[in-house]
Amino acid sequence: MVAIPGAPDPGHCPSGTRSDESPVTTEVAVRLVDVVKKFGDVAAVDRINLEVRDGEFFSLLGPSGCGKTTTLRMIGGFEEPTSGLIELQGKDVTWLPPYRRNVNTVFQNYALFPHLTIFENVAFGLRRKGGLKDAELRSRVTEMLRLVELPGFEKRKPTQISGGQAQRVALARALINRPAVLLLDEPLGALDLKLRKQMQLELKRIQHEVGVTFIYVTHDQEEAMMMSDRIAVMNSGHYEQLADPETLYERPQTRFVAGFLGVSNLLAGIVLEKGTPYASVRLADEAVVRVPAAAVNGRADVEVGVRPEKIRLFGADAEPPSGLNVLSGTVRDASYLGVSTQYIIETKNGSRVSVYEQNVERTIHGSLHRPGEAVHLGWSPDHTFAVGPSVADASAGE
Amino acid sequence: MTALLRRYRFIVPYLLLTPGLIWLAIFYVYPSVQMFISSFWSGSLERGFTFSLSNVHNYTDALSRYQDQIVRSIFFAAAATVATFLISFPLAYTIAFRAGQYKNLLLFLVIAPFFTSFLLRVISWRTILGDDGLLLGPLKSAGLVGDDVRILATPVAVIAGIAYNFLPFMTLPIYVSLEKIDKRLLEAGQDLYATPWSAFRKITLPLALPGIFAGTLLTFIPAMGDYVNAELLGQTPGTKMIGNVVQSRFLVNNDYPTAAALSFILMAGILVAVAVYARLLGTEELVSSAG
Repeated sequence: MVAIPGAPDPGHCPSGTRSDESPVTTEVAVRLVDVVKKFGDVAAVDRINLEVRDGEFFSLLGPSGCGKTTTLRMIGGFEEPTSGLIELQGKDVTWLPPYRRNVNTVFQNYALFPHLTIFENVAFGLRRKGGLKDAELRSRVTEMLRLVELPGFEKRKPTQISGGQAQRVALARALINRPAVLLLDEPLGALDLKLRKQMQLELKRIQHEVGVTFIYVTHDQEEAMMMSDRIAVMNSGHYEQLADPETLYERPQTRFVAGFLGVSNLLAGIVLEKGTPYASVRLADEAVVRVPAAAVNGRADVEVGVRPEKIRLFGADAEPPSGLNVLSGTVRDASYLGVSTQYIIETKNGSRVSVYEQNVERTIHGSLHRPGEAVHLGWSPDHTFAVGPSVADASAGE
Repeated sequence: MTALLRRYRFIVPYLLLTPGLIWLAIFYVYPSVQMFISSFWSGSLERGFTFSLSNVHNYTDALSRYQDQIVRSIFFAAAATVATFLISFPLAYTIAFRAGQYKNLLLFLVIAPFFTSFLLRVISWRTILGDDGLLLGPLKSAGLVGDDVRILATPVAVIAGIAYNFLPFMTLPIYVSLEKIDKRLLEAGQDLYATPWSAFRKITLPLALPGIFAGTLLTFIPAMGDYVNAELLGQTPGTKMIGNVVQSRFLVNNDYPTAAALSFILMAGILVAVAVYARLLGTEELVSSAG
């Protein structure tokens, strides 16, 4: 099983490691212990353990059917776990109905009440809780509508506003109750790209402003990376890795994570020497590369990974600087993409490697490598990672 | 022809409406006008009828003479509508939210009895409600109710008959409006601290209002004018409804002016009742959303 909080030890985190990484001093907003949810014989969620810290923007990221929404619905109280424990701010809420949990949800299609005005939609939770004077309720709603930048929308009905506005109302309706945790189920899924980008920034601003813990479910890796403090990358009922976006991108631990977040070149290899700080790995084309020892994690067979933008290309007669991992190959394809040029390089044993080269130093039709040209690929050992086939195998090797 | 149609495209909707309009004109507008005129007649079938606006006393006479039956009709129709609603709502709710795969079967069962004739159904209710019928017979022989207890020929029998006969007209519209409710709205309600009961009151019920409104109208309006149930299940002067009076004035006594006047009084009464009801329900919706 994956250990609880998942950031790998800070020793090999790249620069820019977050300062708030110590879970000891942070309050836990939500804790899941061995949570399982079965629908019939199928385990939608398969023994998840995780802790979401107070005030963080936490994302559950994964393809559809990975169990992320089911996990969210269990925290919200809409599904009961088959087994396991769900704690909210240290209190066991596993069997509490939704209306007795201090958690609110922004639903995927907003689920605004069509028969109520925007004002009444936003005031709904406060009215149910009761105990507020009319004037105070009114001012809280007004203040909340200002926060989501919809002042003056009180009297409209949900049918009279746009998708983006409905999204904000859904957010206001949930946040006004000052929940301990706000659950967001793919809230931007129904918006067009431009509006989505705008709402991503907005959500981040609002989260910063209200300081509420957000648990965000999405299948969009870019969205998760841009907004989250930490992300749990989920696959078939459990998460493969839980870390901040940078660690996930720079040090993916499994093949799935490496493939789901961005593009990865993965090359199978055998560990020759488990030295420190770098282990040596012999790749299929006989080249020997250096990989941070912690990334190899004691395994004998690994897949060595490197991101396309970390690789530099050198002409066949040029000598790459020493200290780089170097492969040789032939350019098979070069596509000019504006910001960068994408190359497909075939190595000696036929593996294909993607390389993105920024078009910074290049003049028009300047230093473009042509298809058929022999090149060297070079990248820093620090930009190298190693993945195991799956979480289970990785921990078996430990 | 097509070129002509294209040119006078604005005419097309009117063309499509024409058959319906002709139908309405022949079978509704013309008889209504005819009846309105007859309500200002005086005289008799033997001596002939004459029209005079001064015969407006037909209305006041009818009102005062048949006041009891008018009030009783309103009461019976209202009671039957309430009874139908009380039976229909839980039924429609269960079918819409809980029936799962049996939904279509249950809906079919709601309308299944209505494949037999209206009259036959009412007559079989006479057997059921009869003094020694299916209901009272066993109760009496078990000594649970006295021998002189009867249901047939009482207001209860009439109201029960009406309630039964209009059940689908209440159940189906309510079912349709409940069925349309997005179940996620109820989850959202619970998420916002509404207990199941308060989610029902604040979300389900208001969203079902259009169905409830349609259902009550479809029950109440025909129930007001109904005479078959009162005729076959009531049978006593104390259970006569306005429909029975109109029927006997028209077909037995040939008293066309009174019958016509009564028909218009009934129509006006229903219009007023519906307007008030729509108003009340509309305000109710506003009130519930404000508090």
